[in-house]
Amino acid sequence: MQRQYVRRGPWWQSRKLRSYSWRSLVFLWLLGGSFLFLLPLVWMLSTSLKTNDQVYRVPTVWIPNPVAWENYPRALSRMPFLLFLRNSCITSFIPVVGAVLSASLVAYSFARVKWPARNFLFIVLISTMMLPGQVTMIPVYVLYSRLGWVNTFLPLIVPWFFGGAFYTFLLRQFFTSIPAELSDAAFIDGCSHLRIWWSIILPLSRPALATVAVFTFLFTWNDFMGPLLYLTKERMFTLQVGLQYFRMQYRVDWQELMAASLVVLTPTLVIFFLGQRFFVQGITLTGLKG
Amino acid sequence: MAYGLAKPLGRSRRFWRETCTGFLMASPWLIGFLVFTAGPIVLSFYYSFTNFNITTPPRWIGLANYRILFFDDPKFRISLYNTAYYAGLVVPLTVVNGLFLATLMNQPVPGRNIFRTIYYLPSVVSGVANAMLWLWVLNPRFGLVNTMLSWVGIKGPPWLSSAEWAKPALVLMSLWSVGGTMIIYLAGLQGVPQHLYEAAEIDGANGWRRFWHVTIPMLSPTIFFNVITTIIGSFQVFTQAYVWVESSGVDTGAGPRDSLLFYVLYLFRRAFSELKMGYASAMAWILFIIIFILTMLQFRVARYWVHYESGPEGGI
Repeated sequence: MQRQYVRRGPWWQSRKLRSYSWRSLVFLWLLGGSFLFLLPLVWMLSTSLKTNDQVYRVPTVWIPNPVAWENYPRALSRMPFLLFLRNSCITSFIPVVGAVLSASLVAYSFARVKWPARNFLFIVLISTMMLPGQVTMIPVYVLYSRLGWVNTFLPLIVPWFFGGAFYTFLLRQFFTSIPAELSDAAFIDGCSHLRIWWSIILPLSRPALATVAVFTFLFTWNDFMGPLLYLTKERMFTLQVGLQYFRMQYRVDWQELMAASLVVLTPTLVIFFLGQRFFVQGITLTGLKG
Repeated sequence: MAYGLAKPLGRSRRFWRETCTGFLMASPWLIGFLVFTAGPIVLSFYYSFTNFNITTPPRWIGLANYRILFFDDPKFRISLYNTAYYAGLVVPLTVVNGLFLATLMNQPVPGRNIFRTIYYLPSVVSGVANAMLWLWVLNPRFGLVNTMLSWVGIKGPPWLSSAEWAKPALVLMSLWSVGGTMIIYLAGLQGVPQHLYEAAEIDGANGWRRFWHVTIPMLSPTIFFNVITTIIGSFQVFTQAYVWVESSGVDTGAGPRDSLLFYVLYLFRRAFSELKMGYASAMAWILFIIIFILTMLQFRVARYWVHYESGPEGGI
């Protein structure tokens, strides 16, 4: 920030002071804003620990006293929580594996193997990202119901093994940035592409693969429309559908609803704090930086 | 490619081997594209001209679905209006506020990383839990928003239980997750070369002019990207509306005077509650065409304001 060419003026016009006051202004603004942004979550946590009469008290009770910890077990015992948790895990973790493997394989082919129609098909792949899902939703539903896959987890798992466009695109961008010399030597030594993909490219791409894993997990964990369509039996519900069902079924009190919602959100929040840098990475990778 | 120093004349063995490997490795996507995208596009186009309830084969009815949609379906018009209303508010607000926050956060202030985390956090809070949270935050009597409004002496509106305020409520909820847009801008801002600012400063440009004449042009591909993705996303709003509407306990409507009947919600109901798959397919195609036209329009307009440093392929 120090520039020698600035003319000297009285101290109240000095660059240092102006810069300080500007920075303080920005700081205060951001500080105030972060309160606003955090407040709904604080509110959720606070409500989830209130007794019923504290919830409806005016003025608002911010720190519950006594703390009603029992809201959590009570809320979760209203639904088969462990079963829903298991279903959510099945429909989130298997897609993560599928997305990472298939997208990276396809991305390798687009980035490192030369074949005719490759560039044309890559443009096709990019344009499918713009297609609203509703256009394909109905025929795909018809397909799955003909296959007898409704009320199984298959419709929520199988598509992830076919190299989703966004993830393939992201990984392809990353793979093209890996220096070719690293794999050329192996290629000359007679390594197959499959081998290079598995033992050279994948280990070098751990951060990008983590980005794909994090995005996939967040999407599948929070997905509502998919499970709503394909899982209609209660024992198949994921936490998202279960939460909605739980609310409809019992007209529950707010403190219990907030407790259950917070539990459903927890994996998302944990992933967020652990994997924050991968989000930023994903954005940089897809080349959006202009 | 670095290998194959001499360009192979004719179709060498290596060419065929590469081609086979390439297709095989890309085959998950190729198959997925045919089965989950290309095939369904064709089928859904066909369905849109039929009467189809999944149990009996589709029956060709020509343009009847489209005719009913355009001329005889007031709910379709309401859903289109609601969606346009929502998109019309949310797109500019998200694009501008995201840029505003990112610009503030790009200043040398202490605790930038903490601020970034805090502002970004709400945008990962999604799904049903988020809709439930906002159902409570927007509660007219005991909710957070109206409590805070009462501190400054404003009697808050009834939000979700009034036809006028239900959509602004959804806009408010969407703005809470503006951090997702902000983080994309931040990545873009990091890519603006510092020397441009220094040059502008030497030329005597003040902060505002530097923002307007350096930041905005350099960031225009990112702004463009955010405009496009926000438009596409806002036309597909579903989960929040579904949860809010179903939670109100009224089966037939969608919020007071159908004020939360959004396009995809209506489509979903037609398709899967009433099993009018042909009708819903026609709706999906209309949505597709609307999004396509809006995107193309943006690309057209982009010529006049989007600045690419490294040729047009530098952006998305």
